[in-house]
Amino acid sequence: MPHHTRVLIIGSGPAGLTAAIYASRAQLSPLVIEGEPSSTSDQPGGQLMLTTDIENFPGFPEAISGPELMANMRAQALRFGAELRIDKVRRLDTTQRPFRAWLSGDEKEPSVTADAVILATGAQSLMLNVPGEARLLSHGLSTCATCDGFFFRGHDIAVVGGGDSALEEAIFLTRFATSVTLIHRRDSLRASKIMQERAFANEKIRFAWNTQVLEVLGESKVEGLLVKDTLSAEERVLPVTGVFVAIGHVPNTALVTGQVDLAENGYVRTGVGSFTNIEGLFAAGDVQDDVYRQAITSAGSGCVAAIDAERWLEAQGI
Amino acid sequence: MNANITTLTDSTFDEVIGSSEKPILVDFWAEWCGPCKMIAPILEEFAVEQSDKFTIGKLDVDVNVATATKFSVMSIPTLLLFKDGKVIARLVGAKPKGALLQEITQNL
Repeated sequence: MPHHTRVLIIGSGPAGLTAAIYASRAQLSPLVIEGEPSSTSDQPGGQLMLTTDIENFPGFPEAISGPELMANMRAQALRFGAELRIDKVRRLDTTQRPFRAWLSGDEKEPSVTADAVILATGAQSLMLNVPGEARLLSHGLSTCATCDGFFFRGHDIAVVGGGDSALEEAIFLTRFATSVTLIHRRDSLRASKIMQERAFANEKIRFAWNTQVLEVLGESKVEGLLVKDTLSAEERVLPVTGVFVAIGHVPNTALVTGQVDLAENGYVRTGVGSFTNIEGLFAAGDVQDDVYRQAITSAGSGCVAAIDAERWLEAQGI
Repeated sequence: MNANITTLTDSTFDEVIGSSEKPILVDFWAEWCGPCKMIAPILEEFAVEQSDKFTIGKLDVDVNVATATKFSVMSIPTLLLFKDGKVIARLVGAKPKGALLQEITQNL
């Protein structure tokens, strides 16, 4: 017999864990399937596991590290009785209720059924998709400055991207690297003003504007980047020995593709609050948010989803 | 920490690896690495459950830069499996327990 839960929460970033705190305090005994260990943002704790200091989460005036914040949220969810499991939902069927979820090792029969599901699967890093990238991943090419920055002490390196995460990585990497070249396809950054000011004021950070990466060079380690000036179409080699990719994210929607309405850009479409087009399926956090994408908005939307789910269950008499 | 796990340093590394009778899986990690923290409990379980097949060593790359550099570790967690003093497998990045164990045992 499958394990039945009133609320299944898929994902354990700020959205999933906040939903778990609210749902467990509402006596809904939620089950949280946290995800599996990985070195991408698709892991228990989500993208914050790969960050350093979080300076803008209210309540932590002296900043808090991403992993520490997530450990606290997890402990808080456990304290109110949420059940947390390190596992991954392999398949989700939302065509009938209760919804059915297959976990690792489930073959024919799902091991979990749920009256309501809160989808909080987040988003993960986009890759460049250029030659050399796959070969040199972990050999000088990385998507995690906090994990790998240390190994680039005294190196000249590059960060690709123009948003807040790219600047945060670039600034962090100046602790180790001799120089950090920020490569951006446009001539201005979309990062927040405060991050831009910090980056512009940092002597170790250089900017390669209107520049596109064509290839990551090197056989067994990164030896340079072949880049193109998007205005003049001129190509040149940037002599760097490390590359950090921070060009944005894609929502983790594989579980619900073909079942739930997605927006044109691939994010789960939510209407008012966290409601999707499927009754009983709620979405929270980065899987449905391509605009704000902050730890605090994600946590807020997890709270919204838990309250929506609670009221919906009550209205259904479940 | 688990008694079956050996803490390695730059100065003890060669001796421990060279004298290890069983294959030894060395975890290159650091305090500031989130994914390292995620696989730490898995390695503690291996230290008990797999003790007849291999042992576990841990090397903090923050204070043991020479060894990390010698083995070209550029991303952590990196797990190096040593047998008779030689690297026989290299696993980079956090992975679920089953996937880690499979990659380790197929190289033993």
